[in-house]
Amino acid sequence: MTDAKPIISIRNVTKRFGSVVAVDNVSIDIRPGEFFALLGPSGCGKTTLLRMLAGFETTSEGEIEIDGQPMFGVSPNKRPVNMVFQSYAVFPHMTVFDNVAYGLKVTGVPKNEITGQVNEALSLVHLEDYGRRKPDQLSGGQRQRVALARALVKKPKVLLLDEPLSALDAKLREAMRLELVRLQHSVGITFIIVTHDQDEALSMADRAAVMDRGVVRQIAPPGELYEHPNGRFVADFIGKVNMLEAKVAGQSGGELVVEVNGMGRIVVPHDGAAAGDIGIAVRPEKTILSADKPGGDVVALKGKVCDVAYYGNESHILLDTDTGVQFTSTVQNDARRVESSVVIGDNLWISWAPGNTLVLAE
Amino acid sequence: MTDVVASRRRRRRGVNPLEYLKRPWMWLTLLACFLFLYFPLVTLVAFSFNSYKRGFIWKGFSLKWYEKALNNQSLHEAFFNSMHVAAVSTVVSTALGAMLGLALYRYWFPWKGTYEGIAHLPIVIPEICMAVAMVTFFWAIGIELSLSTVIVSHIAFTIPFVAVVVRARMAGFDKSLEEASRDLGASEWQTFWYVTFPYMIPGLVAGALMAFVLSLDDFVITFFTAGVGDNTFPVKIYSMLRFSVTPEVNAASTILIAITLSLTLVAMIMQSRWTKGHKE
Repeated sequence: MTDAKPIISIRNVTKRFGSVVAVDNVSIDIRPGEFFALLGPSGCGKTTLLRMLAGFETTSEGEIEIDGQPMFGVSPNKRPVNMVFQSYAVFPHMTVFDNVAYGLKVTGVPKNEITGQVNEALSLVHLEDYGRRKPDQLSGGQRQRVALARALVKKPKVLLLDEPLSALDAKLREAMRLELVRLQHSVGITFIIVTHDQDEALSMADRAAVMDRGVVRQIAPPGELYEHPNGRFVADFIGKVNMLEAKVAGQSGGELVVEVNGMGRIVVPHDGAAAGDIGIAVRPEKTILSADKPGGDVVALKGKVCDVAYYGNESHILLDTDTGVQFTSTVQNDARRVESSVVIGDNLWISWAPGNTLVLAE
Repeated sequence: MTDVVASRRRRRRGVNPLEYLKRPWMWLTLLACFLFLYFPLVTLVAFSFNSYKRGFIWKGFSLKWYEKALNNQSLHEAFFNSMHVAAVSTVVSTALGAMLGLALYRYWFPWKGTYEGIAHLPIVIPEICMAVAMVTFFWAIGIELSLSTVIVSHIAFTIPFVAVVVRARMAGFDKSLEEASRDLGASEWQTFWYVTFPYMIPGLVAGALMAFVLSLDDFVITFFTAGVGDNTFPVKIYSMLRFSVTPEVNAASTILIAITLSLTLVAMIMQSRWTKGHKE
């Protein structure tokens, strides 16, 4: 964590629009070469934070440092960052070449150097042969590549990407995810991506900050966000989750005794501190369905199947449990079978190993 | 069942519900409108080629009235006055109107709605009121009426037209283009000239053309604000009419129509070329 000086240091940054607090006392350090995601539902302040990094918004409070330099009062054209806009913002009246050359031209790079650099940037995004085209002759994915090349040709210290994949269709989006990661590895600069799509953040980022109503809830690598969410919001926002309300009844030696509403006492392993009202949760794919009450050291609930949703590779079984809370269990369809073995109305047990229980203090 | 009946009925009439131009009464209406609008103009142009001096009796084709008009020294002078006024006022009002339009598009400020309404007032208030207001203003501050006062007045009343056109054009502008430009290292000034201005051009051309034509054929405001002997083309034609209705007036008017039409045509061609090359 402390191996290198952060390339971007956001300290206690707050942004107010009138009486609305868009970003609320956020502190994040981003390491050089990191692929960092700002993740959250729309209106959580992630784009505002990105725009403050780019210099399009001023901070109401707090400080932003990029590469050790304080950014207060520094205009967008003087910052060592470049941005890929959600709408791509490719200049419609310029050719692809001129679009990419623009950032070099306006800063007075000599003409003979521009051509080489532009061609290099275009080949980086596989658009070598498109230099003379106009943006209206390009597809959405190609326009995005132009926007990428245009930003990368500036050799920024940090590349900011605002919802870069949201305007692409599903197949292309998948391909672009891999492409962005490849690009980041080959140019070696820090990428900060804003997204509302948890799959995007989990699959691409080294670390992600989950934001909710202007506040950062958790900053962690994808695996940790998924397996060790620090609260109800993160658990619910990242992936699917079955959640129950509970009360801490006792704690001893790495084990937590909790009184679950409508279920009684269960014992789950837990290291950190926990007290009072908490949430306990389990991911659908970590549950097991069985006709008889499972034996051994498991947490088990009885329920009645109320819906079976078929997704091809897997099915989501929805149960009305005795606790009054609906649970989802994911079943892999790992054998060829057209008919589901579970039908609506079945009485089943849903169970999971105590170690798979998420304890959500927040 | 009902579909079959409906399609049969359509086939019998042979006309699709949306094919308005296949209906005879539609053509009649179009023709009537066209005649109403253009019959006076066509007559004006036609009789400019009449060899007979008086009234609407056709006595054969002739270009002598054009010759006469073209050799009329005072008409010449009036024509160049008009061109001078129109050119200068178009340049100034396009620049000012573009700034106004851009400011109204881009910024929010207190009382903006009111400001906007007042700025666009010259479009709706009667021209005669503008004219009287102008002339009393010039008298009040002691400026002698001349072609310069005509130019100033023309600038004043054409600015809002340019502003409206420019603002309408900017409504389709993607503001992130300007942000992208700034992000890539351009100053505000560079951003304006390289990104915003190219986008504005079709609006500027349309606005400038509008200002030019409005200035060229303005009568009321010009009549009031011109100094003694400073005739513009429309004012001169009016004064010729007061002496006698000769085909020379027709010829002069036809020339004015030809100029206006060809200017419009040029602008339209320029604009269509521009938009063809720069589709968003």
